[in-house]
Amino acid sequence: MTDGTRRPEAATGKGAAVPPKGPAVPGKLAARYRRRAPGEPRAVGYLYILPALAVFGVFLLWPLGQTGWLSLLHWDGLTRATWAGWDNYRDLLTDPELRAPFAHAAVLLLFYAALPAALGLVLTAALTRFRIRGMTFFRTVLFLPQVLAMVVVGVAWRSILAPDGLLNDTLRAVGLDALARSWLGDDSWALPAVGAIGTWVETGLCLVLFLAGAQRIPRELYEAARIDGAGPVREFFTVTLPGLRAEVAVALTLTLVAALRNFDLVYITTSGGPGNATSVPAYEVYRRAFETGEVGAASAMGITLTAVIFALTMVVTRLVEGRNR
Amino acid sequence: MSTSTPRRPDARAKPSARHTRDTTTSPTERAVTYGILCLFALIALTPVAGILSTALSSQSSLDTGFSLPKSLNWGNFADAWTRGHFGTYLVSSVVVAVAVVALTTVLATLAAYAFGTMRFPGSNALFYLFVVGLTLPQEAVIVPLYFDLRHWGLTNTYWGLILPQTAQSLAFGVFWMRTYFRNTPRSLLEAARIDGATHWTSLTRVLLPMGRPAFATLTVIVFMWTWNEFLMALVMVSDEAHRTVPLGLAFFQGQHSSDTALLAAAAALIALPVVVVYLLLQRRFIQGMLTGATKE
Repeated sequence: MTDGTRRPEAATGKGAAVPPKGPAVPGKLAARYRRRAPGEPRAVGYLYILPALAVFGVFLLWPLGQTGWLSLLHWDGLTRATWAGWDNYRDLLTDPELRAPFAHAAVLLLFYAALPAALGLVLTAALTRFRIRGMTFFRTVLFLPQVLAMVVVGVAWRSILAPDGLLNDTLRAVGLDALARSWLGDDSWALPAVGAIGTWVETGLCLVLFLAGAQRIPRELYEAARIDGAGPVREFFTVTLPGLRAEVAVALTLTLVAALRNFDLVYITTSGGPGNATSVPAYEVYRRAFETGEVGAASAMGITLTAVIFALTMVVTRLVEGRNR
Repeated sequence: MSTSTPRRPDARAKPSARHTRDTTTSPTERAVTYGILCLFALIALTPVAGILSTALSSQSSLDTGFSLPKSLNWGNFADAWTRGHFGTYLVSSVVVAVAVVALTTVLATLAAYAFGTMRFPGSNALFYLFVVGLTLPQEAVIVPLYFDLRHWGLTNTYWGLILPQTAQSLAFGVFWMRTYFRNTPRSLLEAARIDGATHWTSLTRVLLPMGRPAFATLTVIVFMWTWNEFLMALVMVSDEAHRTVPLGLAFFQGQHSSDTALLAAAAALIALPVVVVYLLLQRRFIQGMLTGATKE
């Protein structure tokens, strides 16, 4: 997608390139009308940015730096802190109790990002074969989970997954009593159950994104593929999927960030339990900093989580968008 | 991060234009496709419908299932409002949401105007600083933020919720508004300048009146994020007077977890404002939420 709207002088790159000087105006006039040539650097720009930068700096960038500093300390939040060096980070690698949350997060990535993206692609392939009536309705409904507060989603799903909830009732009604269980209280099923909620939330997002992208794929490509005798499957792999590269990158970025930022849902549905079966980094940061008084360890986990998110986002951008962008 | 350019916010997909009816799809395929769509729509709606039906059921019934209540029972909403104190929580939520939306809109517009229309040394680096905020998780800042705000006496105040959430929303706000300013025709600004407009008048008289759609999207997205925010409220607020609705629901669940009807009514009350705005302006929601990730 080359940006045709970009203005020529902005396209020179780093912005600070040598500005074109305006025509020299004789001294007196210049003093009276100190007009700049269009596009010349304007110091007043800093003034416009200042208020936003102040709030952003004080309440986001500065604390980010502080988290980095705290992660190098042993501190319980009350007494004097002691220097820890890299201890907190080393513990993240060696202590199984600190490593488990990251393993759980990896499982959740499958449910939050991989599964919704795959489902979205398959559905898109089916939905772009012909014009769907009532698409606005379907889009509105499928995207709905995205706008609900995660707290509300958690309360709704807790009642569905409860021992006497809708899911177990349905299973019993069709004679699958053996499968019914306390989904969120089961050691091995709690994590997939939380993941399934994530799949429910994110699938609509992926589908809506892909459908919008598929509509930008020129129809002629499909016609050409059909003339060449391509069936639905070939059509998907040769036309739809390549055409959706950018959308897949966006979908994976949004969903993987949602998967790793996953605090609200875990807090409401399981509080990390049973045992620590559903503890995730985002939840552990909160628990260790504000409940068990391990501020240093919590900070190290926060920094690591951030690094993981940034790294994964970059990998996705590289992998999916390829080198031609 | 990559070098791809952001999608233009106004590049809406044109639904019907390119989808001509073609004859290569069989009636069976059509039926199956509609069937799949309906199934997914049903799955998306079931938890929402479950909440509503539980909220409208009588309190004595312990059934959490999906049966339609025999008579609509609005009493649960009144109960959640009074006994659950959701009236007070809603006031806190409205105060915080309005303040964050207003602050974010003003600050982001000013900054984005500079980023989008002016050239000055370091503008790119400063812009990328804001863009970093798009993927930065709260977990990276929440711990020291709590100790800072406590030190400044801002915990258990509205400002303790407003300022950090404004900072978080600014990343998206600056990014979104800059895209708008970059996509306004250059000739417009030049014409204004020739007519003697200063940079301030160009902004307030020319660009702002034109930018209503961009503002509408920014407003609904930031409103939704602030309204739904949970972790910040959980950490910064411990007294009841400043509790926002999501926090209220979490505490409510802790205390009355057996009272499913009341819990469901409270959940419905929280979701209602956002869902209503979403149903009215769904295009803006989808547009805004999906553009957030297209970084430069």
